[in-house]
This record gives sequence, C-alpha cells and structure tokens, in this order.
Amino acid sequence: MKNTEKEKYERPVIKKVEAGMPNKFGLRTEYQPMTHIDGVSVHELAERFGSPLFVISEKTIRDTYAHAKRAFTLRYPKVQFAWSYKTNYLNAVCHVFHQEGSWAEVVSGFEYDKAIANGVNGKKIIFNGPDKSDADIEKAIKNDSLLHIDHLDEMYMVIDIAEKLKKKPRVAIRVNMDTGIYPMWDRFGFNYETGQAWDALNKIMFSGKLELTGLHCHIGTFMLAPYAYATAAYKLADLAIALEKKFNHSIKYIDLGGGFPSKNTLKGSFLPGKDANPGIDEFAEAISTALINSFSNPDKLPLLILETGRALVDDAGYLISSVIANKRLSSGKRATIIDAGVNIMFTSFWYDHKITPAQPFTHYTEDTVVYGPLCMNIDVIRENVSLPLLNKGDKIVIHQVGAYNMTQWMQFITLRPRIVIIDLDRTPHLIRESETNNTLTDLELVPEHLKKFEL
Amino acid sequence: MKISKNVSISENGFIFNPTTGESFTVNPIGVEIINFLKENKTEADIKKQLLDKYNTDSATIEKDYYDFMHMLKASNLLDTSAE
Ligand SMILES: Cc1ncc(COP(=O)(O)O)c(C=O)c1O
Repeated sequence: MKNTEKEKYERPVIKKVEAGMPNKFGLRTEYQPMTHIDGVSVHELAERFGSPLFVISEKTIRDTYAHAKRAFTLRYPKVQFAWSYKTNYLNAVCHVFHQEGSWAEVVSGFEYDKAIANGVNGKKIIFNGPDKSDADIEKAIKNDSLLHIDHLDEMYMVIDIAEKLKKKPRVAIRVNMDTGIYPMWDRFGFNYETGQAWDALNKIMFSGKLELTGLHCHIGTFMLAPYAYATAAYKLADLAIALEKKFNHSIKYIDLGGGFPSKNTLKGSFLPGKDANPGIDEFAEAISTALINSFSNPDKLPLLILETGRALVDDAGYLISSVIANKRLSSGKRATIIDAGVNIMFTSFWYDHKITPAQPFTHYTEDTVVYGPLCMNIDVIRENVSLPLLNKGDKIVIHQVGAYNMTQWMQFITLRPRIVIIDLDRTPHLIRESETNNTLTDLELVPEHLKKFEL
Repeated sequence: MKISKNVSISENGFIFNPTTGESFTVNPIGVEIINFLKENKTEADIKKQLLDKYNTDSATIEKDYYDFMHMLKASNLLDTSAE
C-alpha cells in the first residue's frame, strides 16, 4: 500500500555510456518540469477538467500578437492582421484576436458564418478558398465582405450574382507564383509568371462589375525563408503598379497571406525550432523593404494585410496528458503510452513536439518512444525523446499545439476532450465541452430493417 | 540471478564491465538492486526491501524489477552460467 512516509519511488534504469558519442544532454534532461501553465497547476487542471486536456494561454496569444504587430508597424505604416479561422476557430480564441484588432480570414461558408456569429463586421471579413457556393457569395456581397477570387469560374459566378443583386462587390484575386520555394503552391489562384493573373485583372477591370480592391497570395505554410515573402511582395507590387499605369486604378491592399513558422521543431531538424526558425521580425523586414522599394509615392502605400495563423497561436496551446503505461519493446527500447493520440494531435506528423513532465523528476532519463492510445501503428506522438522516468498516472505537458490541432482533430474511438483558456488573472475557463456519445449518435440513423437482431 | 563477478559498480551508479569494456550508468534504486544481487539476496527478499522503503505498490515493483533484470541481461551484466 502507498504510504507517504516512504521515499519517493523511481523505477530502476540503466543506460549505456556511449564512448565518443556523448548524448547532447549528458544524463540530464533538457528542461525543467512544467508544473504550472500561466500560474495554474497542471495536476489541478487535469483533476478538475479531465485528461487529456487542451489548455490555451490567453496571455501568450496577446503577447505573441503584440510582438508581431509591432514587428510590422515599426517598419511599414499601414498593417492589418486578419485571423486565419482554420488555424484555430474556437470562438473564444477568435474573440481574443478580434479584441486585439484582427479582422477575420475565412475559407468556407461554415467559417464565414462563424465569423459573423462572433460579431465581426462583414466588411472586415476576407473570404478566401476555392469552394464558395452561390449562397456564400451572395451573403458576402450583401455584407460587403472582401471576396478573394480563386479561379475564373468563380469570377464569372461573382459577376453574375453581383448583377442580380445590383451591387459592386469588393474583390481581390489570389495570385500564385514562383518565390524560389519548393514545392510551389500553384493550385490556388491565378499564376503570375504565365500571365494568368494579369489576364484575370484585365477581365475584372473591363467587366466594370467588380471593385478591384486588393491583391492576395499565400505562398505556403511554415515557410523558413523570409526572402520568399520579399519576392511575393515585389510580384504583387508589380501587378499593382501595372494596374495604375494601364487603368489609373490603385488597389487598396496587398494581402500576403499566412505561412510564418512558429517556434516548433520540424521533424528531422537538428536544431530546435526556437533556434532554427526565423523570427517574425525577419519576415517583417523582408516584406516592408520590398513594398517600400516598389511604390514611388509614400503617401499611397497600400494597406498590408497578413493572415498569419500558426505563428500567432501555436505557442499558446498546450496539451495535458496522462501516462497510461510503460513498456519495453522487443528492441529493448522503452515505450510510454499516453492518453492523447494523433487523432487530436495531428501536428505530431509534422513536429517533434516538446514534451515536459508536470511533476519534479530526477536527472535520470531514458530514450523513449511516446505512443497514443489508439490501437494503430501510426499513433506515435514522439518517435524518440529523452524523458525522465515517468510512472503510470504521471502528467505530461505537450507544448506548442495551438495551431490546427483543435480544428483538424478527428473523433476516433474515444471522444474529443475539453479545452480551457487561462485568462490574464490566471483563472481557467472552459471554452469547449468534451463530446459525449450523444454528440455523435444523435447524428446517426438506423434504418427500420436493421433495428432488430438476436445474438 | 547474479551480477557477473568482475563487474564493478561505484556508489554514484557508474558501472564498468572489464570483459566487454562497456560502461553504464544506473540511478540510485538501480545501484541498490545491483548491490542486493551482489550480496546474493533472493528475488523475493529484494522486492520486499524495495516495497518497504519506497512509496509504491507491489505490482509496480514486480513489473519494474522484471524489466530491470531484462536490461541487465541485455547489457551482459548478469552471470548466467550459474543457472
Ligand atoms: C489563404 C490562407 N491564409 C492564411 C493561412 C494561415 O497560414 P499559417 O497558419 O501558415 O500562417 C492559410 C493556411 O493554410 C491559408 O490557406
């Protein structure tokens, strides 16, 4: 029986000393235990809200946003962020960004309606994406939202609906281009190099039915090269200047999309992301320089819009999880099984997420593979991590999970967990309930002839 | 189970096996177990001592002891000739 007067238990462990191949961290773990998130005890959070549990730091979002905003406004006079809903469209998270002054950037009717329901003024919603329905377009035109046209079929749809509504919608086109980055994303929008983009702009101008307001691109995600953004900015500026020359028409904004990296560590990268990935200042510098160099009249610089997603929210998200069991694999390697799987941690396919125990530990470590609970071979949270000796029931904190996990998560064999946000006064608030069986079975129907069976 | 005779272990958990030239590190509870083994204590005795000393349960001790023995064996530190 457990007895608190006894000494704290740690399981016995042996580790070979590799001569000439010193472990990067010796016998030491690379970090301290993370017992608290924003001053709130991890163990208490798990007790109160359950495990696994997503935790969002409101403070980290606001600090990251303030830093990013400052990086750009220091260098360029007119900057506007638009929150990329798909990155994390929990209403509470969107509200934090809207409170900070972010517009909304949406890519579907579902996201559009979410932004409206969140109280965002239609004029401050940017509507991207290749799949807008007639109803979506009609709604966006009525609300005077910014429609970013992805292909010619959509352009004609917009012209059609605008005529019916007798309105002149504000539009931009999405441009794709070679920025020296491989792979090049050429499936969205109109290509720059082949002249498609210029053709589309001409069609819009000659139609007289659309108010050409901006130029948009989104060159990729987790981009590690600031110069690629400079190239993108030069090419969009080029189109803007050509429009001025030919049509005496000035566009109001250049929207460079998202794509800046967070501080996460990409799989296979030798250096941790916080050392290897360029910071937002480097991107701000490259972009601002390109724009300022391109436009001759400093009073007529276009507004710079940024749809930054990942870089603004990744670091603010944590996942608390519990150790279910420890195992020894046939290879001799240690395996730790936790209660959070890849179905709610989609980004484990991309990143070597930092994992920290939530309770004090000794400096003894073991090389461990961390598995989720899914009964599937692909359910690996970390392939190889040096972790202190964890016991069943111990809590761990997985870092930098704020981007995409809470939108791309899948319900699979278990129910998706709760999400809390910790406010600036260190109070946790529930912002999404966990699912129940009914959440799912309510959507299902069993036809009459399948209802009865005997076993 | 016995620890191979010529294997030496220091107080702070450094193990050297002159037969293979390999060295290892173990944590304090590992040092304890290896010393028990050197003293020819029985498995049941060792487990009981650990259970008395540490705040844990017998299932955990059972599982971890077994795993540790397995690791010692895989590291060629056990004398298997005596069996
Ligand atoms: C059009 C558009 N804007 C913005 C983003 C946000 O990108 P990120 O999270 O890489 O900043 C995306 C993401 O795919 C996107 O498709």
